[in-house]
Amino acid sequence: MGVAWYLIVSALIFCIGAGGILVRRNPLVILLCLELMLNAANLALIAFSRMHGNMDGQVFALIVMVVAACEVTVGLGLIVAIFRRNLPIDVDELRELQG
Amino acid sequence: MSTTTYAWLVLAFPLAGAIVNGFGYKRLGRGPAGWIATGAIGAAFLSALGALVQLQDRDEHHRQLVSSLWDYAVTGSVDAKLSILVDPLSVYMMLVVTGVSTLIHLYSVSYMKSDRGNARYFAYLNFFVFSMLVLVLAGNFLLLIVGWAFVGAASYLLISFWYRRGTATQAGIKAFVINVVGDVGLVLGTFFILRYSGTLDFLGTFDAVERGAFDAHEGALVAGCLLLLVGAFAKSAQIPFHTWLPDAMEGPTPVSSLIHAATMVTAGVYLIARMYPLFEAAPAAADTAAVVGCVTLLIAGTIAIAQTDIKRVIAYSTMSQIGYMIMAVGAGGYVAGLFHLMTHAFFKALLFMAAGSLIGAMAGAQSLDRMSGFRKSMPFTFGCFVVGGLALSGVPPFSGFFSKDEILAFVGNRGGWFLVLFVVGYVGAFLTAVYTWRMIFRAFWGAPCAEARELEHGHLAHADVPTNPATGEEEDTEVGFPGPEHTIAERSLPMKVAMGLLAVGATVMGVLQIPEVSHVITNFLEPTFEGSRYLHEEAGTDMVVFGMALGTVLALAGIAVAYRVWVQRPGTSAAWRERLAPAYTLFVNKWWFDEAIELLVVRPFAAAGNFSRRTFERVVIDGTLVGGTTSIVRAGSSAVRAIQTGFLRYYAALLLLGGAAVVLYFLIAAS
Repeated sequence: MGVAWYLIVSALIFCIGAGGILVRRNPLVILLCLELMLNAANLALIAFSRMHGNMDGQVFALIVMVVAACEVTVGLGLIVAIFRRNLPIDVDELRELQG
Repeated sequence: MSTTTYAWLVLAFPLAGAIVNGFGYKRLGRGPAGWIATGAIGAAFLSALGALVQLQDRDEHHRQLVSSLWDYAVTGSVDAKLSILVDPLSVYMMLVVTGVSTLIHLYSVSYMKSDRGNARYFAYLNFFVFSMLVLVLAGNFLLLIVGWAFVGAASYLLISFWYRRGTATQAGIKAFVINVVGDVGLVLGTFFILRYSGTLDFLGTFDAVERGAFDAHEGALVAGCLLLLVGAFAKSAQIPFHTWLPDAMEGPTPVSSLIHAATMVTAGVYLIARMYPLFEAAPAAADTAAVVGCVTLLIAGTIAIAQTDIKRVIAYSTMSQIGYMIMAVGAGGYVAGLFHLMTHAFFKALLFMAAGSLIGAMAGAQSLDRMSGFRKSMPFTFGCFVVGGLALSGVPPFSGFFSKDEILAFVGNRGGWFLVLFVVGYVGAFLTAVYTWRMIFRAFWGAPCAEARELEHGHLAHADVPTNPATGEEEDTEVGFPGPEHTIAERSLPMKVAMGLLAVGATVMGVLQIPEVSHVITNFLEPTFEGSRYLHEEAGTDMVVFGMALGTVLALAGIAVAYRVWVQRPGTSAAWRERLAPAYTLFVNKWWFDEAIELLVVRPFAAAGNFSRRTFERVVIDGTLVGGTTSIVRAGSSAVRAIQTGFLRYYAALLLLGGAAVVLYFLIAAS
C-alpha cells in the first residue's frame, strides 16, 4: 500500500475540518474541527516519516499534539468565559471587532 | 600644561560654576553661591594668566594655536569642529573678560546679598561669562555663532532677572529679539563666506582670502562682511540696533556693569578685529562700520545729555564709547580699538558699580532729579565716580585719555573723508565730558537731598514701600523683585575691593600704550594682526601732540561747561532747554528711534503676520494641507474598515482561500 492512500485520507479529514469551521457556528464544534485539521496534518507527517524511514516527522507530530493541547486549553477557557458572561455561544453573534 | 589646556580651563571653570549654582540653588541658598561663582571666574582669570605666560614663551610667529576637542561633522564642504583659537587677540579678550568679571562677581556678592533669587542670579552670571568666553575663544564660525547666541540668551535671562517686573521682562524680550536679528545676520554672513572659502575655520578662511578665493566674487565678500556687521551692530548696540541697550538697564546694576564692560557689547568690536583680513579685503564694509560707529558716538552723546536716569546716562555713554571702538576697528586701528575696549571695561564697570552704590543709598531710586549732595556722605563712591568720570571724559593721565586719543589720532591719520570722523570724534569727546560731569555734579554737588542727609547721620535710606524706579509701581521683596536690603560701597568690603581695584586700573592702564613711549599692547597683539595693512601706520608726532592737546582742552572745557551750567548757575540748563526746545525734544526722545523702528519694522511685520494668520494660515495651512491630509486618511481608512466585518467564519474562509491560492501557485510553478 503506497503512501498515496494515507495522503488521501489525510486530505479528506483536512477538508472535513475546514468545511466544519466554515459552516458551523458553535465555537466548541469549531475547536473540534480545528483538531481534525491538525490531526490530518499529523497523519500526513507520519506517513511521510514512514516512507522516508526518518523519525523527524514523528517528532513534528508530537510537537503538533502539544501545541494542539495548549490551543484547546485556551480555546475552551475562552468558551467558558463567554458562557459565564451569558454571551451567546455563537461566533456569528460575537462580532464586536467589526471595523 | 600647554597654552590650549589653559584656554580650555578658562572655559571649564565658569561652566562648572554655572552648573553647580544652577542645579544646587536650593541647597546653596544665599550664602555660598556668590563665592562659588566668584571663585569660578577667578580661577578662569588665573588660567587666562597661565595661557598668557605660555603664549609669550612661544616664538612670535607661532602664537596662533588651534585646539580641537572633537568633530561634529567633517565633509567635503563643511568642517564643523569644536575647536578654539588661542592667539594674542583671544588671550587679550580672555584676560579683559575674566578679569573685570571677577570683580563684578565680587561686587555682586554684596550687592545681591538680600535678593531672594541669589543663587539663580549667580548661575546666570557665570553662564553669561562662559558664553562670552566661548565667543572670544571660538576657532571657527560655528562655535562663534554658538557663543554669540548664548550671549544673547544669557543677556535675556539677566535683564529680565526681576521677572515679576513688567518693564524688566519687556526689556529682556526686546534685547533678545534685536540680538536674534543680529544672529541671523551673522549666520547669513557666514554662509556667504563659507560659500567661496570652503571652510568654517577662521585661519582657513583668512588663508582663502589671501589666496584669492574671493577675487572673482568680491560682491559675496562685501555682502558677507555687511551681514557680519549686522550681527556686530546688534550686539554692540550700534545705530539702528541700539534701542535694547538703554532698556537693558532694567536688570540689576552689576548686570549692566557686566554687559557694558566685560561681556556682550564688546563682542562686535572683537568680531570686526578678529575678521580683519575679510574687512581689509572688503573696504566698503569696513568703511560702513567706521561711519556707523561715528554716527553712533555722536547721537548717543547727544541723548546722554538729556537723560535723567543715572543708569541710562551711563548706558548711552557706553553706546558712544563702543561707537569709538567700532569706528577705530572699522578704520583699521585694531590695536587702538582693542586698547580702548580694555580701558573702557575698567572705567565703565567702575562707573556702573559706583552708580549701583548710589542707587543703594537712594533705596532703589535712579532719577538724577532726586539725587544731590552725596559728596560728603559717600566719599568712596564719590571718589570712584570722579576717577571713572575723568577716565571716561579723557583727562590725562587717566586711561581713557590715551586710548581715545590713539583712536582719534589713527582715524585722523587715515586722511581723506576720515577727517570728518576725526572731527566728529572730538565733538563726541566734548559731549562725553559734558554729560559725564553733568551726572556727577547733579548727584554729588548741591544741597544734600533727604537720603544724603540721612546717610550723613549714619542711616541708610530705606523705602517704606519698594517701587519700580521706572514706573513707580508698588512691589514686594519676594523672589522676582529686588531684595529688601540695599547696599552701599562704604559699608561693604567686597564692593569696596572691587571698585578700588577697578579705580586703580582705570587710572593707570593708560601707561600700557603711550605714543612714543610704550607699545605694550601693539607688541602683544602684533602676531594676530601682522597681516594687516594698517598695523604700522602710525600717526606722526605732530598729529599725536595736536590730538592730545585738543583732547585735553576739550575734556577740561566740557567739565568746565558742566560745572558752570549745573553747579554755578543751576537755572542755566532750564533756560537752555527752552531756548533750544526742538533739539532738547529730539534728544530727550532719543531721536525717536524706538518710534521709528516701531513704525517701520514692528508694525509692518505685525500687520503681515496678522494678515497671513487670518488668510494664508486658515486657507492654505489649516484648510488645504492639514485638512486635505486628514480627509485623505479618513477616506482610505473607511474603505479598509469595510473589510473588517467581525465574522470569524468570514476571516477563516479568507485564510483558507489565501492558503489554497499559495499552494496552487507553487503546484503550478513546480509542474
